[in-house]
Amino acid sequence: MSANILAVFYLVSGVLFILALRGLSSPETSRQGNFFGIIGMAIAIGVTVISIGNFSTGFIFLLIFLVIGGSIGAFIAFKIPMTAMPELVAGFHSLVGLAAVFVAISAFLNPEVFNLGFPGKIKIASLIEMSLGAAIGAITFTGSIIAFLKLRGLMSGSPITFIGQHFLNLALGILLVGLIIYLCNAQKEYLFWALIAISFLVGVLLIIPIGGADMPVVISMLNSYSGWAAAGIGFTLENTALIITGALVGSSGAILSYIMCKGMNRSFFNVILGGWGASEESSKSSSKEQKPVKSGNADDAAFLMKNASSVIIVPGYGMAVAQAQHALREMVDSLKKNGVKVSYAIHPVAGRMPGHMNVLLAEANVPYDEVFELEDINNDFANCDVAYVIGANDVTNPVAKTDPQSPIYGMPILDVEKSKSVLFVKRSLSPGYAGIDNDLFYRENTLMLFADAKKMTEDITKNL
Amino acid sequence: MEIDPFIFRLSIFILSIFVGYYVVWSVTPSLHTPLMSVTNAISSVIIVGAIVAALAGDNSKIFDIANIFGFLAIILAAVNIFGGFLVTHRMLAMYKKKKKDK
Repeated sequence: MSANILAVFYLVSGVLFILALRGLSSPETSRQGNFFGIIGMAIAIGVTVISIGNFSTGFIFLLIFLVIGGSIGAFIAFKIPMTAMPELVAGFHSLVGLAAVFVAISAFLNPEVFNLGFPGKIKIASLIEMSLGAAIGAITFTGSIIAFLKLRGLMSGSPITFIGQHFLNLALGILLVGLIIYLCNAQKEYLFWALIAISFLVGVLLIIPIGGADMPVVISMLNSYSGWAAAGIGFTLENTALIITGALVGSSGAILSYIMCKGMNRSFFNVILGGWGASEESSKSSSKEQKPVKSGNADDAAFLMKNASSVIIVPGYGMAVAQAQHALREMVDSLKKNGVKVSYAIHPVAGRMPGHMNVLLAEANVPYDEVFELEDINNDFANCDVAYVIGANDVTNPVAKTDPQSPIYGMPILDVEKSKSVLFVKRSLSPGYAGIDNDLFYRENTLMLFADAKKMTEDITKNL
Repeated sequence: MEIDPFIFRLSIFILSIFVGYYVVWSVTPSLHTPLMSVTNAISSVIIVGAIVAALAGDNSKIFDIANIFGFLAIILAAVNIFGGFLVTHRMLAMYKKKKKDK
């Protein structure tokens, strides 16, 4: 197959990938979009194999490895519970990163295959491209592993910081650039290995200072990195499908990071440079005097909601932890039978990854047209009888609007306090991730329901 | 004067970033998780590089160190491709509209 025809096919799969993303503009077209993506991938793999035209031993091994990898992937995809989606995505990012590193290593060791020159005499442009691809890939790999461990709970979600951290990162970054320049001149193999090793280290150092609730930003950022790594490899291999895809994924991840940062009213650098919670202890300790809190039981909650005409549900990460989405939907079903109008309000950073809550609710068979984003529903709280806050905390804290001293000041919040009464399901009065007290707990119209989210929701359903 | 092919690739790259920018802004926020899993799946198109790395050269060299890295990358990318598309499919299948008959 001529190189031109091959390039046209790669272009076709690139376009199909664009259509795959385009399909996600609405749930109706999304399944078709995913299908386009699969076709694009099949075309890319198919024409690559055909163009090599080597159908002997190597081809058999290729099929075997495809089947092995594919079965593992398929197994994970069918087994994974929806609540574990954030760590799954983080884990998958790490694989893309490592694959990019491996391809770059292969290209460095055997450049003739890719028409990049000869070992020791690789074209400078190609060398820069593969170094960038390898470095970003390596950062994505270890960064995603750390994110995975934090999301999975195998590593503490609290930020790990030490003195001189930012200087160390800066120094390592400069060292990386220096290594690439030196590598272009010297073309020594050990320099390439050093480059990869340092990038692995940078990946770890970049993610450890970032706390659990900032994971939506981290995971989007790593998504973006995996794209740029692919694009870097695409330039090395002169492959249009990879360049287009890398650019798409890179900008997609960047946009998601931006949306998540805006949802917390923080700058990207503020998130990257490390933890909330760790440094902002002061505001927490100042107001420790006992304030009166009204607490109730499932019976009270059921009574309130049964007699309401409209209820808005505000889910958060706690709902995912308690696996309460199915119980929640059963409660809503009972409410609807009683003639109550129910809708759901989702804050952009609720959960541990973008869109996390929406997937969980969809899993529990909640129709997506009952689920609303912050800006679409925030005005409705004023007219609603009961707001049922389940597993959310900081995103409902009115302090974000009233107290300029607060670390979350300016963050867009769900105006839960405007509804006639607020039911707040929570285990205890402890502050949320940001380490600040939620003003909402002490409001006249708030009834605290101290219990596990799932248990409480089930009990309410029984009492309806 | 001839234009370096690199410039063509760079043009594709820059234009694709803009395409990505506008396409992704049009993605509805409720589908942001499937967006991440599908971008993850398509970025595994890096497998084409892995296939070239693994299969290129003559057959006697099939288990040279460079080829082995290619095969390893194939496995990793294959996990991602199948896992990514299937999990996206599983998620998207759950998004249902309200039944009108009620």
